[in-house]
Amino acid sequence: MMASSYNAKEEDGHHSGASGPGGAAAKSKKPDNTAFKQQRLPAWQPILTAGTVLPAFFVIGLIFIPIGIGLYVTSNNIKEFEIDYTGIDMSSPCFNCSQNFSWNSTKPCKCSLPFSLDQPFESNVFVYYGLSNFYQNHRRYVKSRDDSQLNGDLFSLTHPSKECEPYRSGSDNKPIAPCGAIANSMFNDTLELYYIDPNETRTLIPLVKKGIAWWTDKHVKFRNPGGNNSNLTASFQGNSKPVNWNKPVYELDADPENNGFINEDFIVWMRTAALPTFRKLYRIIQRKNNMTPTLPRGNYTLEVTYNYPVRSFEGRKRMILSTISWMGGKNPFLGIAYITVGSVCFFLGVVLLIIHHKYGNRSNNSDIPN
Amino acid sequence: MTVWTGNGGEMAEDVSAVERRLDPTRIFVGGAEEERHVRANDRVHNDKFSYADNRIKTSKYSILTFLPVNLFEQFQRVANAYFLVLLILQLIPEISSLSWFTTIVPLVMVLVVTAVKDATDDYFRHRSDQQVNTRQSQVLIQGKLQNEKWMNVRVGDIIKLENNQFVAADLLLLSSSEPYGLCYIETAELDGENNLKVRQALTVTSDLGADIAKLAEFDGEITCEPPNNKLDRFTGTLYWRGNKHPLDNERMLLRGCVLRNTDWCFGLVVFAGPQTKLMQNCGRTTFKRTSIEKLMNTLVLWIFGFLICMGIILAIGNTIWEVRVGRAFWASLQWGELLSNAVYSGFLTFWSYIIILNTVVPISLYVSVEVLRLGHSYFINWDRKLYYGAKDMAAEARTTTLNEELGQVEFIFSDKTGTLTQNILIFNKCSINGTTYGEVYDDFGHKVNITETNTTGRITVVINNSFSGNVIIELLENTEPCVMVCVVLSCVCHPSCPDSPVFCPSLLQKTPCVDFSFNPLSDPKFRFHDSSLVEAVKVGEACVQEFFRLLALCHTVMPEERSEGELVYQAQSPDEGALVTAARNFGFVFRSRTPETVTLYEMGRPVTYQLLAFLDFNNVRKRMSVIVRNPKGKIKLYCKGADTIVFDRLHPSNEDLRDTTSEHLNEFAGEGLRTLALAYRELEEDVFGEWMERLQHASTVVGNREELLNELYEEVEQDLMLLGATAVEDKLQEGVPETITCLSLANIKIWVLTGDKLETAMNIGYSCNMLRDDMDEVFVISGHTSLEVAQELRSAKERILGPSCAKLSSAGKSISSNSDSVFEETIIAEYALIINGHSLAHALELEVELELVLLDVACLCKTVICCRVTPLQKAQVVELVKRHKRAVTLAIGDGANDVSMIKTAHIGVGISGQEGTQAVLASDYSFGQFRYLQRLLLVHGRWSYRRMCKFLCYFFYKNFAFTLVHFWFGFLCGFSAQTVYDQWFITLYNIVYTSLPVLAMGMFDKDVNEHFSLRYPSLYRPGQLNLLFNKRKFFTCTLHGVFTSFVLFFVPYLLCFSAVRDDGAHVSDQQAFAITIATSLVIVVSVQIGIDTDYWTAVNHFFVWGSLAMYFAILFTMHSDGLFSMFPSQFPYIGLARNALTQKSVWLVILLTTVVCIVPMLAIRFLRTDLHPSLSDKVYQLQKASRRQHPQEQSLRRVRRTSSRRSAYAFAHQQGYGELITSGRNMKFTRSASNPNLSPPLSPAVQNISCPGWTGPWGGGGDELGDVDLTGHSTRVMDGAGKTPTAEINT
Repeated sequence: MMASSYNAKEEDGHHSGASGPGGAAAKSKKPDNTAFKQQRLPAWQPILTAGTVLPAFFVIGLIFIPIGIGLYVTSNNIKEFEIDYTGIDMSSPCFNCSQNFSWNSTKPCKCSLPFSLDQPFESNVFVYYGLSNFYQNHRRYVKSRDDSQLNGDLFSLTHPSKECEPYRSGSDNKPIAPCGAIANSMFNDTLELYYIDPNETRTLIPLVKKGIAWWTDKHVKFRNPGGNNSNLTASFQGNSKPVNWNKPVYELDADPENNGFINEDFIVWMRTAALPTFRKLYRIIQRKNNMTPTLPRGNYTLEVTYNYPVRSFEGRKRMILSTISWMGGKNPFLGIAYITVGSVCFFLGVVLLIIHHKYGNRSNNSDIPN
Repeated sequence: MTVWTGNGGEMAEDVSAVERRLDPTRIFVGGAEEERHVRANDRVHNDKFSYADNRIKTSKYSILTFLPVNLFEQFQRVANAYFLVLLILQLIPEISSLSWFTTIVPLVMVLVVTAVKDATDDYFRHRSDQQVNTRQSQVLIQGKLQNEKWMNVRVGDIIKLENNQFVAADLLLLSSSEPYGLCYIETAELDGENNLKVRQALTVTSDLGADIAKLAEFDGEITCEPPNNKLDRFTGTLYWRGNKHPLDNERMLLRGCVLRNTDWCFGLVVFAGPQTKLMQNCGRTTFKRTSIEKLMNTLVLWIFGFLICMGIILAIGNTIWEVRVGRAFWASLQWGELLSNAVYSGFLTFWSYIIILNTVVPISLYVSVEVLRLGHSYFINWDRKLYYGAKDMAAEARTTTLNEELGQVEFIFSDKTGTLTQNILIFNKCSINGTTYGEVYDDFGHKVNITETNTTGRITVVINNSFSGNVIIELLENTEPCVMVCVVLSCVCHPSCPDSPVFCPSLLQKTPCVDFSFNPLSDPKFRFHDSSLVEAVKVGEACVQEFFRLLALCHTVMPEERSEGELVYQAQSPDEGALVTAARNFGFVFRSRTPETVTLYEMGRPVTYQLLAFLDFNNVRKRMSVIVRNPKGKIKLYCKGADTIVFDRLHPSNEDLRDTTSEHLNEFAGEGLRTLALAYRELEEDVFGEWMERLQHASTVVGNREELLNELYEEVEQDLMLLGATAVEDKLQEGVPETITCLSLANIKIWVLTGDKLETAMNIGYSCNMLRDDMDEVFVISGHTSLEVAQELRSAKERILGPSCAKLSSAGKSISSNSDSVFEETIIAEYALIINGHSLAHALELEVELELVLLDVACLCKTVICCRVTPLQKAQVVELVKRHKRAVTLAIGDGANDVSMIKTAHIGVGISGQEGTQAVLASDYSFGQFRYLQRLLLVHGRWSYRRMCKFLCYFFYKNFAFTLVHFWFGFLCGFSAQTVYDQWFITLYNIVYTSLPVLAMGMFDKDVNEHFSLRYPSLYRPGQLNLLFNKRKFFTCTLHGVFTSFVLFFVPYLLCFSAVRDDGAHVSDQQAFAITIATSLVIVVSVQIGIDTDYWTAVNHFFVWGSLAMYFAILFTMHSDGLFSMFPSQFPYIGLARNALTQKSVWLVILLTTVVCIVPMLAIRFLRTDLHPSLSDKVYQLQKASRRQHPQEQSLRRVRRTSSRRSAYAFAHQQGYGELITSGRNMKFTRSASNPNLSPPLSPAVQNISCPGWTGPWGGGGDELGDVDLTGHSTRVMDGAGKTPTAEINT
């Protein structure tokens, strides 16, 4: 990228044989003749010259464009389907449910949204829920958690961090577990997918709920108090449930491996999103075999148990189905960005080349004033 | 102060007056001392006034006070105080957006580093104080002489000084070993002149002698002026035994002087320690800041402003967000607490953002700058090319905070004596009867350049070689005292080594010095290279012998023969010493003198001349003569003086000789030598007798005696026969003219400020190439009234600018200061300005306008020389330039008289010369030789400046890039002051991840190597013009930072918000986002430093790669299971690095971000160097191209002036010394000599009679030759002799 030439030693014009009067040298204040002290360290002195900069531009261009194309193609091969089930419109099946404002209404409101897939989804399909205008990245919100508590620390269980206020202790003055605003606002809609056969039979598509959280989160960061396998009910005896929750934390799932703090839905929720519009992994639809697509083309119904209120703050809820590639989910921007940057670099290279040839200074040293 | 006019009324001191004087409350009115009362040998009495004792203290702290005082000082710095405030803010939970440790860790580091540095600095100050304070002196305590440390000496003590000792405090001289209480001092430490000066004790006290008992009984009381800084003035009265004795400066020995030629003397301490004149003159130690630092402070203030603006924008955003989005959101979360006032929320957000964004003002900036400067200082200390072998002295950066300013110097104020010159005068050449001596010729009759190895260092001779450009020969110092190296040009071009430096000792012809072994009395240190002169003396050529006879007879030198043959001359001016020593070596040894005779050893034979008359030197006469009678009875007048003066008085028969000599003088002057013309006249007995009678008559006349005497002198100094001329070299330090030339090529203006005489100063100006004959005009300003000075200055200005311009620029202050740069550019002609102390005082003190005119004129001139200036005036001149020009000033000097100037200038450089170490102690940089200044400025200064600028640019850039991401993020997180990064990253970014590479760049970077820096002095220009770091540059780097932060945030934003891992889990969470941006940031700033670094040493590599490695190492550690299990709440990023950084998509984003950040920069840089290369770029290219060749050294050979100048006559001493000699007062043996009518001891009455006249300025006093045997006048003579040049300066 740059002109490189190692000069082993900056000549200093002096070729000192013996240095100074020999015997007195020991006591002399004469500074040592080391490369470091005399600022003569061997060095590589790159300069930005046409010979180094211009090829760099072309090389960047030539590397980025193919990468971009590759990314773009890969991204386009990924199948993604998104459906908004917030229920803003009167026409939406979920409109009624969305009018319910309460977090802990006892009677679940259900709505179902039909949709159809034009193309079959091969291999594993990932089901996401997406929220918009939800400020999971607000400072007050982000802070409002207690990682010690979530790590199963018994002291924190009974004495949650102050950061959790006002979701620190419940109405019965018992400490809340899990405390804090994040846990309190956990996404609690239930999504179910049905495949509608051409002959109108509804088949429930099995959704796998394990394996959606990061391994480190599930096994290191989140731990139930007193070990994962003991009696959770007893562990959380002295705690009250988060205000907005319907059920206490030890009843999140029947499976002891997925209950309490190590419930994967909970873990996923607790990993706060960077931006107000985000998606989180909800379930995985495992492919059954190589013969049939995981989700064949056809009609489907999304059954929503509508618990999570977002309308009051103009939020949106979405359900996303997506397949995956080596580079992750569908992301056409990355490919486009690479192609753009690559082209710009190449173009810049050409422009600079022209400028250099027309006006460039080709090391004309005659005009150095002395 | 009352002037005591007689000894009548004051005999009986009024009791109440004594009482009044003793009342301490009266003396200190309003806290300031009005009058000082000291009683000798009475500590109890003197303690009542609590005068300062003799302890000096320059240190700032003691062990106990260090911590509080230092912390207090440190928090006075805006930045530190700011961070303290931040720390307090962070402790408030409502606004705390960052943990406390993000601020406190760097802050503590900064404080500790600074404190350690301050402590070491102070430690060294303590040590030097200690060293001075514990010097021993002999104090008379309770009737016994006791050794005491200096610091225990108190006002009122009587102390004994011995020869060559430093005077410990300001003393009233009581008695001395010399007759009449005379004593000699050298005031080099005070005013830089190292001629001897005479002080004389009062007769009453000098009678005390060395009698300890009498001295112990001495209970005189002194009333005198309060402590002040006037070196040349003292008024006081001694009350003793009921008599009043007026005291003046002639009775005082000031601290810092050295006793010379006086075995012992006793003095009464009047001022001690900090109240001594020397210390009072030292001025305050002011904390020096560099202009970059000032700019930096301004910029930091701007950044504060910017920070507050950002805070306000975001706070407003927060309020709006709370109203429009937040309320509903919080309501839906049932977070009632947050539903409160949106404006209040905005207010809190403001502070939160101030905390988050505080990193735009980088806390580590100041400490990094300090570290860099320290490093640069060490490089100066370590530089072997600033090492002066002769004194085993390496350069020392005594202040570590000024290095980059060395790259911006525009004005240099230089002392002369000891700085430009070596303070050694050497009899170099002479012209006798039309023949010059002193040149050395080789076998082919060519003149040979003499390079003398007078130092123990090595010399470098550069020869232009017809084969290969330049050949450098290095010669190791030969231990022989006199080695002459003549390099025969034709021999060097040996075909076998055309390209490489050769070292061929065989080619060096060593010419031995003239052998003076025939003369047992010769001075072994004297060297002369032309043996023909010795031959001429030996052969007995009459002219040559007469020449040296004249030199041996006509002078005011005092001989001292410590043992047989070991002659030491006490010359009052070094010129005379050189001439008499020359005569001594050539066989005309001046051996002893009495008031009436001079004894020479002429070629081994003693010859005694009778000294008949002494026609003393003064500034008008510019010559000196003696009339002697030789043993054969012949009367001769010998005269030496300025050539123009002497030539006017020659006998007409001398015309031919005069022309030849005149030519020779031109030659000598052309080489910068100080010349004198010598002539003699034979007098007939009767003519002389008649003249002598008239002289004696004239000297008794009271009225216009001086005129009469001058007329008589004039009369006898006629029809002189020219003998020849001498040329004395005021030896410049090695490389001075070259250095000055080089520095002026770098557009640095050099002003010489000297206490020396006008002629001497001018002469040095010529020999350093500062003054040249081809200059258009040399203005000499020497007016005695402010009107005259104003007139002279204005006319000078008109001459330069033409009348219209002069009016224009003097019309208004602002106009003139704005426009003078334009004038400077347009003026091609070269002018020089020489101004003397009197005129300078008028110009500086009276009106502001005149000051500006002076400055304008001075800046229009290529060369400015101020002569006869006091130490304080030196400082005033520096101050003047500092005040009106926005330029960096540097003062360089070697003596105590330069201290105030050194302290005033932006940068003070001390040369550790022969005048003690005061200057060095006060200086910021010190080294052994003037010529090192060139390297200090053009190499070290330039590099330091460049490095500092690049460092600052990058530093601001990297912090803006780092911090502003939060600003962009604010728009997407509800303006909630949520940080993008991990808190640990914020803590460590500045101190771990990015500090070392930029420090390495700031430490080692260089564009052009030292040879090219010296060869192209114009490379220094950018520093003076402040081009590398200024407000514009700052804007560019901050914009660059803003751009980078924008890219850093928005590229990941666009690509990440739906990012998903390749196992389907989402990675668009806040932590993954943070790590993506943080990693991109670290990589981008590392690449950027890579582009910025011009000089990649191993250290740079190590730091850059090391920082990156460190980043990842720390990242993975912080995100590891182990740390999390120990502190679960401190390390919430557990597992993130593993999960996010293993994703290809994350790396693709990082790569893209990096390229988008870097490419535009690269393109712009390339275009700039390609289309508008700076001088530095060009030279750099050249350097690259010529790497394989050997660097071409600039010729270091002395620049010979082709032009000539006359009348650089060599008299550096003051008048009046002749009387001292002819009266015999300074001759020890005369006391016991059998001349009864010669100078009996002075009675107090006589003493008092002549007092009033003494206080007048010098110049009005008479110089009577006739005082030889007129004892009644001898006190006046003494007065004249004792007057010092410093008194003359005083207006």
